[in-house]
Amino acid sequence: MKIPYYPGCTLNTVAKDFDTSAREAATVLGLELKELDQWNCCGASFPLTPDNVMGLTAPTKVLVNARKEGDTVTTLCSVCYNVLKRTNKAINDDRDRRNLINEFIEEEYDGSLQVIHFLEVLRDRIGFDKVKNLVKRPLKGIKTGTYYGCMLLRPFEDIGIDDPEAPVIFEDLLRSLGCEPVEFPNKIECCGAHLAMGNEDVVVRLSGNVMTSAIDSGADLIVTSCPLCQYNLEKSQKRLVQDTADYSGIPVLYFTQILGLALGQSEDMLGFEKNICDIRPLLKEKGV
Amino acid sequence: MSRIGVFVCQCGNNIASTVDTKKVAEEMSKMPGVVYTCDYKFMCSAPGQENLREIVKAQKLDGVVVSACSPHMHEKTFRKACESAGLNPYKCEISNIREQCSWVHHDKTKKVGTIKSIDLTRMTIERLKKNRPLKNINIPVKKRALVIGGGIAGIQAALDIADGGIEVILVEKEPSIGGNMARLSETFPTMDCSQCILTPKMVEAELHDNITIYTWSEIEKVDGYIGNFTVQIRKKAKYVDEQLCTGCGECIEKCPFKADNEFEMKLNKRKVIYTPFPQAVPNIPVIDAPHCVKIQKDKCGACAIICGPNAIDFKQKDQIITEEVGAIIVATGYQLMPNERFGEYGYGKIKDVISGLQFERLASSSGPTGGEIIRPSDGNVPKSVVFIQCVGSRDEKKGVAYCSKVCCMYTAKHTMLYKHKVHDGQSYVFYMDIRSAGKRYEEFVRRAIEHDGAMYLRGRVSRVYERNGKIVVQGADTLSGNQVEIEADMVVLATAILARDGADTLAQRLGIGYDKHKFYNEYHPKLRPVETVTGGIYLAGTCAGPMDIPDSVSMGGATASKVLGLFSSDEMSREPITAIVNRAICNACWDCLNACPYSAIEKESENDRHGNILRWLAKVNDGLCQGCGICVAACRSKCIDLQGYTDEQVYAAINAF
Repeated sequence: MKIPYYPGCTLNTVAKDFDTSAREAATVLGLELKELDQWNCCGASFPLTPDNVMGLTAPTKVLVNARKEGDTVTTLCSVCYNVLKRTNKAINDDRDRRNLINEFIEEEYDGSLQVIHFLEVLRDRIGFDKVKNLVKRPLKGIKTGTYYGCMLLRPFEDIGIDDPEAPVIFEDLLRSLGCEPVEFPNKIECCGAHLAMGNEDVVVRLSGNVMTSAIDSGADLIVTSCPLCQYNLEKSQKRLVQDTADYSGIPVLYFTQILGLALGQSEDMLGFEKNICDIRPLLKEKGV
Repeated sequence: MSRIGVFVCQCGNNIASTVDTKKVAEEMSKMPGVVYTCDYKFMCSAPGQENLREIVKAQKLDGVVVSACSPHMHEKTFRKACESAGLNPYKCEISNIREQCSWVHHDKTKKVGTIKSIDLTRMTIERLKKNRPLKNINIPVKKRALVIGGGIAGIQAALDIADGGIEVILVEKEPSIGGNMARLSETFPTMDCSQCILTPKMVEAELHDNITIYTWSEIEKVDGYIGNFTVQIRKKAKYVDEQLCTGCGECIEKCPFKADNEFEMKLNKRKVIYTPFPQAVPNIPVIDAPHCVKIQKDKCGACAIICGPNAIDFKQKDQIITEEVGAIIVATGYQLMPNERFGEYGYGKIKDVISGLQFERLASSSGPTGGEIIRPSDGNVPKSVVFIQCVGSRDEKKGVAYCSKVCCMYTAKHTMLYKHKVHDGQSYVFYMDIRSAGKRYEEFVRRAIEHDGAMYLRGRVSRVYERNGKIVVQGADTLSGNQVEIEADMVVLATAILARDGADTLAQRLGIGYDKHKFYNEYHPKLRPVETVTGGIYLAGTCAGPMDIPDSVSMGGATASKVLGLFSSDEMSREPITAIVNRAICNACWDCLNACPYSAIEKESENDRHGNILRWLAKVNDGLCQGCGICVAACRSKCIDLQGYTDEQVYAAINAF
């Protein structure tokens, strides 16, 4: 199965491991993530005022290019997914906006594309059962805190991947890999997002809350699908490890890294060394 | 030739500021058949009416046109005036030159308004020439009333009607009357015990000679029209013979099986044979068939063995009872939005996050804890309780757009009840606004804050989760601009008031309207608040929208006065604006019968003198016909006409334009 794939800027740069681990895992699952021949930035945020049409032009360009390659496009980054899916819906629902954008970018796009997250590919097109059958290295006893953030789930009317108040898609996937997902209260709280630019203290507090709440709930590691969350968590972790005496840290990984690990990819290829908290001692300790 | 009088009203400046009423009157005097015209400052005033009466008599008028406000306002007034002057009231017509003319035109030169008023009045004159004198229709009235729902509103309505000497059938779908009010501990703002003020009324209803109560019963079918309804009631099998049962309760004690207790809002279990609460009326238990081992698996039967009078009857079947009544009062009440709707508050999974009604049961001395406020999870006394208001209310995104009206008050009451029972406890209330309009209501809320130390925080709660046996409440205090986190022992959600499940089905059975939230529609929200658009059906209590006990009781009483008014004479009179069939040309295609939304078209046969059917005809039931005119449009042979709005009249008006 070949699926048109939009990586987005971050997965080409700082979150390269997210990209490579996903592609590798896909291959094992009999899937090819076919990168779009041409793509540009998704715009990185969905404009919240209805008269801001400019912000929709970049993502529409992406959708136009994706439409040339099929009726579906998949992506990994939560932010890209959020922006593309909402833009697609806006174009589909609102004729005035559609006409305006099409005129401006000189394209004819009608919103007929299906934007799906790689998690949806795993859940709906492959099936977690099949993923489970292909696991070579069951991650037995690894307690995972599944961190959703906000972009993957909200707003529900536009995204609809899972219940925004009590999502389970990560947990279901991780369970099929043999992990033991733990419930923690901050799993859908904000990491601080773009405040990383101007007000790092807030980010450290919010991201810190996410990590301590996961640790307190017994998690061995945190998985996420959002490069911004991962960045903020890791950055905050760096400060917390330095500044706080009793803070021991927790590995923060992309879900594809864990997926790759379970599907038998080599530890050395997954970029674990880049994390502030290394997962490899834990794997050894748990004997998986 | 007709002798028509035209009276043009200035309505102070309402009409006269954009319409030259004198000119209108002048122009109308040129119309053939018009013998008198005038304009006048206020036609509806007493001298205006008197003037009209005198001129009708003096000029021997056979028709009157009043060019004034909408017929909704004063048609009745002027028709009455004409009638007292000896003219058939339906020979008086209103030309609306206010709402449909002067109010919508701003041309101060009066040019536009005057031209339009002339046209409108001319149309009405031509229409009037074709008017036939009509007589009001008299319908016999069955002087019995049906009350659906045995909560406080329904009980009050039933008692007031019964005291007026009218027989009442009170239908309740639960095993006992009492409704949600029976669940409450104390009532605001006087803090009297809910059961203490309710149960005397329940008993009074039970003992009243004019009231028949059917509990564990639901409305199956409603036919007929105002004054003459036929209602089928499904009396569900109680598996207990009501004549034999003495209410001793030994069966309940012996029953070895348990199920969720609906009356206690599932805070505990009840037996499978049960009465919902000790003061139940009637005090006769019912068997919860889906949970009964005897009924499902033919085992046990302990209740039947212990029962002295042999009242247990496992073979009992549902019974359909047919009752004939002249009026129906709908008082079906409300339910709460389930906690399970709110993921951010734990989806109903956190045991110590409870609803307002659950808190009422905890605080009630007849409740599952005997009135002790303890946590459902571990039975400990909560030392801090967070109350969250507007859960689902005023929240279009997650719940409903409307305000549930009673939550501000009952939350204040809850904080007081809590403080009175747990002296060292601290309560917190997250609110959007405090809506305490009502006699002594604001003072009550102030008392909760100032005297009983409830900590009111203006803001919403974003998340509730469990941490080390405590419930962490994260919210905002928008007055101080701070985020707050409270470690509570218990959280009480003031969830939104909803119409009952099945409210829509019942409305369809009754033929009454409901809004998008399934609350029943009044005839007019201000001026006819307890009537529905369907004649003879009235509304009381929260089935019409969220309200508190005093409002529900008032509404119950108001419906009773409406019913007693309706029943004050043996016949009721109604406007003759109904459809009429031209029997000569009806060919019985039944298009009208299929089109009529009120089932007012009946099949009638024309027989020879031996009783053989010669042909079929459509016939209009005057009691049911609402004069909507759909059948007129549907009839292909043009044999149905609407009295007062005949094709002839309408064409005459159009041609005059």
